[in-house]
Amino acid sequence: MAYDKFKILKSSCIPLPIENIDTDQIIPARFLKAIERKGFGDNLFRDWRYNSDNSPIKDFVLNNPIYNGKILVGGKNFGSGSSREHAAWSVYDYGFRCVISSFFADIFRANCLNVGVLPVQVSPSFLNIIFENIYKNPNIQLNVDLPNQLVSIPDLKLSESFNINDYKKNNMLNGYDDIDYLINMKETITEFAKNTPL
Amino acid sequence: MSTTLFDKVWDSHVVSKISNGPDVLFIDRHMIHEVTSPVAFLGLKNRGVKVLYPEKTFATADHNTPTINQHLPVLDKLSANQLKVLEENSEEHGILYWGLGHEKNGIVHVVGPEYGITQPGATIVCGDSHTSTHGAFGAIAFGIGTSEVEMVLSTQCVMQPKPKKMRITINGSLGKGVSPKDVALYIISKLSTAGATGYFVEYYGEVFSQMSMEGRMTVCNLSIEMGARGGMIAPDDKTFEYIKEKEFTPKGDKWDRAMEYWKTLKTDPNAVFDKEISFDGCSITPMITYGTNPGMGMGILNDIPKVDDQNSASKSYFKSLNYMNYDEGESMLGKKIDFVFLGSCTNGRIEDFRDFAKIIKGRKKANNVTAWLVPGSHQVEKAIIDEGILATLTESGFELREPGCSACLAMNDDKIPKGKYAVSTSNRNFEGRQGPGSRTILASPLVAAAAAVTGVITDPRTLF
Repeated sequence: MAYDKFKILKSSCIPLPIENIDTDQIIPARFLKAIERKGFGDNLFRDWRYNSDNSPIKDFVLNNPIYNGKILVGGKNFGSGSSREHAAWSVYDYGFRCVISSFFADIFRANCLNVGVLPVQVSPSFLNIIFENIYKNPNIQLNVDLPNQLVSIPDLKLSESFNINDYKKNNMLNGYDDIDYLINMKETITEFAKNTPL
Repeated sequence: MSTTLFDKVWDSHVVSKISNGPDVLFIDRHMIHEVTSPVAFLGLKNRGVKVLYPEKTFATADHNTPTINQHLPVLDKLSANQLKVLEENSEEHGILYWGLGHEKNGIVHVVGPEYGITQPGATIVCGDSHTSTHGAFGAIAFGIGTSEVEMVLSTQCVMQPKPKKMRITINGSLGKGVSPKDVALYIISKLSTAGATGYFVEYYGEVFSQMSMEGRMTVCNLSIEMGARGGMIAPDDKTFEYIKEKEFTPKGDKWDRAMEYWKTLKTDPNAVFDKEISFDGCSITPMITYGTNPGMGMGILNDIPKVDDQNSASKSYFKSLNYMNYDEGESMLGKKIDFVFLGSCTNGRIEDFRDFAKIIKGRKKANNVTAWLVPGSHQVEKAIIDEGILATLTESGFELREPGCSACLAMNDDKIPKGKYAVSTSNRNFEGRQGPGSRTILASPLVAAAAAVTGVITDPRTLF
C-alpha cells in the first residue's frame, strides 16, 4: 500500500520511556478483526490509553495535551512480540511517521519500513538526552533527516547518525514498496521456481 | 567452504541479492489464517494481481475461532466476517482451505507439521511470529507482516536481509519433570527477550537430539520470544520418521530424492557462527514466569529477583511486577491461581496432553481453578480420545474444548478476566495478552497440571 514519501521530518515528540513495549500493548489482539486497513489509530495503546468504560486514562502520555508530534520516542526493545503489521499501521494511522528507540524488535522494524514509518535507532545515551529534553521542554523539536541519516535536536546543536540500508532508504524517500519491486522481477522468480526441489 | 545449516537453506533460496539491501528469498510454503491475510488479498485486488502459486499456500482458520460449539454459526460478527473472507479469498484464488469444522482444521503451526506441509530444507512463512515452530524440521521458518503476505501471494518471495547466525548448544540430559518448554524459558531468561534479535538460531547438542519432534517444535516456537527471527534444528532420523507417509510429503522416488537432499542439511564441523552460546542441560529445572515478558522467568524454586538501582530498566521491571501484583524477593510457590490454559501452538500437541494427564491422573481439579484445555488440532483431539487421555481428564473433573488458538491471545471468547491469574502453556505473558487486565504465568504442561490440581503454583516434581 502506498504511503507518503519521507524526506525530512521536523516535529515535537511524544515520550514513552518504557522498555520492551510489545505489540500487544501497541494494538491488543481483540482489535485485529478488521478486513481493511482502517481506523487502527483509534486503538493504538488502547489498554494504556482508555479504561474499560472507554474513558481516557488521564496520566497516559497520548491523553496529555502537553505532548504532541509526529515522532514517538520509546524505550529499548520497542515492538517485541507478534508479527501483526496492525501495530505499525496503528502507529502510522495515529499520525506518527517516525519511531525513535535504542533498540527495535526485528519484525516490527521490518513492518514499519513496509508501511512508511521510519524506525530510527539511536544510542542509549542519545535516547536519554532526547527523553530528558522532552520533559524539560515538551515543544522541543527533533529533526529527522533521512537523506543524511541524521537525527538532531537543533536547539541543542546535538545530533547522531542512524543506519538504514540503501534499498529501504530509497523506498522511503520515494514512497515505493517491495511488492512493486518483486512484481517487476516476476520472470526471474518463475525461472528460479522451476529448479526448486520442494 | 564450511557452512551452517541455516546458510545451506537460505542461500539455496536466494533469487537475487540487492547490494546494500535485502535478499529476494523464494518461499516454498506459505500458510495463512483469517487475521493477517485479508488486507493482503485486498492489496492483490487493488493491484489487479493474481496469486502466483496457489498450490504453495495453505489456509486454516485458528486465531479468532470459538473453542465450544464449533458446529454453530460464530456469534461474534467481526470474527465471523473474517472467517468468511478467508474462505472466499481461498476459493477465489484456488488455495487449499481448512476452515472451521473441517476435519483437518487446527492451529496453523500444529496442522502444518501434522500433514507434512512442513518439510526439512524448506522456506516457510506465515503472518504469525510463531511460524518459527517449523524450524524443528530443519526448515527456515519465520513470521511476516501483512505486506509480506501480499508479496508471497503475488510473487512467492519476501525481501529480507540475511540474519546473523547464532548457535545455542545444550549438552547433558534433562532432569525429571524438566520439559522442552522449560528449556526454552530457561534460554529466554538468560538471553532476555531481545538477546537474539537480528539472529537466526540453530539449536544443537544432546538435549535437542534426544528431544521428540513435539519438544523440538515447542523450543523452535519460542525462538521469537528471545527476539530471534527463527530457530532451527538439523533434521535426523526422528524428523524423517515423523514426516514419512504424511499427506503432503513426497512418496516413492520423490521421497528418496528428497532424502538425499535432506541428509545434507547439517552444519559443517568448521562452520562459523556470529555468536555461540552454550548451557548445561543438567542445570535446567522446571521454569515459571513472574513478569510481563517471557524473559522474566526463573526456576520454580527460585525467588523473584531483586533489583537495586533506579534506572529506566528497573522502572520497567517494577511496572511489570506491579501489574502482576508480585514483589521482588518473593517465592512463586504456593501463590494462588485462578485459571489454567493448556494449549496453543507452543504446547497444544499430544505430548503436552500426555504430560498434563500424567500429573492429574488420580487427582481432582482444584475448586478454585477454571481450566481450559484446548487441543491444537482435530488430530490432537482424536489422539487424546484414542489414548484414553480424555477419560482421565473427565475423571479428574476437566473438560476438553475444540481446537484453536483460544486463550493464548484471547481473540475469541476465551478471555481471562481482569486481575485473575492464569498458568498458561502458551508463549506470551504480556499485559492483557489473555484478556484485558489478565495476569499470565507461563509454564510447561507439567507445571500447569500441578497448578490445576493444587490451585496454587506447585513444583510438579512433588506430585510424581
